[in-house]
Amino acid sequence: MKLLDRIPPLRNSLQHLSSVIWLLIETVQETIENVRQGRAPFRISIFFEQTDRAGVGSLPLVSLVSFFLGLTMALLTGYQLRTFGTERLVPGLVAVGFTRELGPLLTGIMLAARIGAAYTAELGTMTVAEEVEAIEAMGIGPLRFLVSPRLLAVVLLTPCLVVVSNIAAMIGGLIVCRWQLDISPAYYLQLINESLQNRDIIAGMVKSVLFGLIISLVSCYKGLTVRGGAAGVGDATTSSVVTAITVVIGCDTLANIILIALYD
Amino acid sequence: MTDVAPQARTSGTSAEPLVEMTDVHLAFDQKVILKSLSLKVAPRERLVIMGQSGGGKSTTLRLILGILKPNSGSVKFKGEDVTRMTRPRLNRMRQRIGMVYQYSALISSLSVRDNLALPLEELTRKSEKEIDAIVQEKLSLVGMEDTLKYMPSELSGGMKKRIGLARALVLEPELILFDEPSAGLDPVVSSVIDELIIALTEKTNATSIIVTHEMDSAFRIATRMAMLYQGKIIEEDRPERFRHSHDAVVSQFVEGRTDGPISTTQS
Repeated sequence: MKLLDRIPPLRNSLQHLSSVIWLLIETVQETIENVRQGRAPFRISIFFEQTDRAGVGSLPLVSLVSFFLGLTMALLTGYQLRTFGTERLVPGLVAVGFTRELGPLLTGIMLAARIGAAYTAELGTMTVAEEVEAIEAMGIGPLRFLVSPRLLAVVLLTPCLVVVSNIAAMIGGLIVCRWQLDISPAYYLQLINESLQNRDIIAGMVKSVLFGLIISLVSCYKGLTVRGGAAGVGDATTSSVVTAITVVIGCDTLANIILIALYD
Repeated sequence: MTDVAPQARTSGTSAEPLVEMTDVHLAFDQKVILKSLSLKVAPRERLVIMGQSGGGKSTTLRLILGILKPNSGSVKFKGEDVTRMTRPRLNRMRQRIGMVYQYSALISSLSVRDNLALPLEELTRKSEKEIDAIVQEKLSLVGMEDTLKYMPSELSGGMKKRIGLARALVLEPELILFDEPSAGLDPVVSSVIDELIIALTEKTNATSIIVTHEMDSAFRIATRMAMLYQGKIIEEDRPERFRHSHDAVVSQFVEGRTDGPISTTQS
């Protein structure tokens, strides 16, 4: 305890971490309690609204950015590998790199910036206007009503967006391979098929679920704990995006270490 | 002023209390908000709690709802200790209490109809037809039946207050809590809201606790008044006696004088 008192940022970070974990536990408990009473866990209409926002709304951004990055990755690696005559490694590089690492990471960062900020600003404004408290005062659990559908929407939609990101990046790589490296589309797909393994796909999916959970939890937590009016909402939104991106990158590194230890 | 239940008129504490706060202490970090606060509210009375801004009046309402927990002491609603309730029990209790917020706290993304229907849809098994009928009925009670499709942003402050009141009534609560019901309204609209509070609480036989520091409203609405000062209730009495209180703090507050024991720098 004395060590924590001497390092206030560490103490604060641990306090926030425990609060986020409690938010998850309380949200799950509140939702289960409602189901036990024979009611729907949350409003299905809100869930679909959030899936549309997080999923369909993010689709153009995620696919476009991934396409350009896939294209750039193939271009740069192809340019280097061509000098050694090993340009046929490019499809595998793009496929494995995106499926296992860049797809989940880029999608996570884009979702944190796009959806995380929106959730924090929205819930923060509701908190400041006492709307969240009004929901609580009516006896409607605000966590199951507001947090559950958002959390589930992002957790379910992140892996879907990661798949889109991977496909978009591979299409970008295909264009470079076809026009720059003289690799036919059929050979390109064959090379991808040879290099991509199940463990790469599993690693990517595990990460994407984890990132979805982190982004939704951090953004909802920051929104529900806003203090200080409009300025507070602004600060919380910035903090939410910065925290979510940092935690996503940190967890990505940790996940890589664990997954490599498990599989390789 | 309209008649009130006899037990409430003679004494707010003689009947079995609906709300009972005993020796409540609440502090946020080093700042003490309430210390040894004790209060009883009898059924069907309209208790007005007065006090300085930031003096703990709204906090008292939040303690009754179980949104805040005291550091020590007990808060009972119909004999059950709110501070010891589990969440499902607390939620069931909250369904018997209506809360009207200072700034209405209507859900900004929902229409007036959906704001009123929200607790009915989430907490009851009524059909959409029944819910629509209840929403229409409660809106009629506050004279806002034509606002069904409006969004909160399209309403004036007084209209929002009325809708907030209608929302508090949809589950037919036994207790209605009002947090500064006439704050920020012009005198005419303020009087309309006061009259609505009196008429509706009498019509529904509900008990109400009104937090305000607007003297005109307080004396118009109250069947009993309490003065919260430095974290505790220093005086509670009927309005006519309260107006002529010999307590220096109460008389300064009622008369709105700057000279007296109430520090003007803290308000």
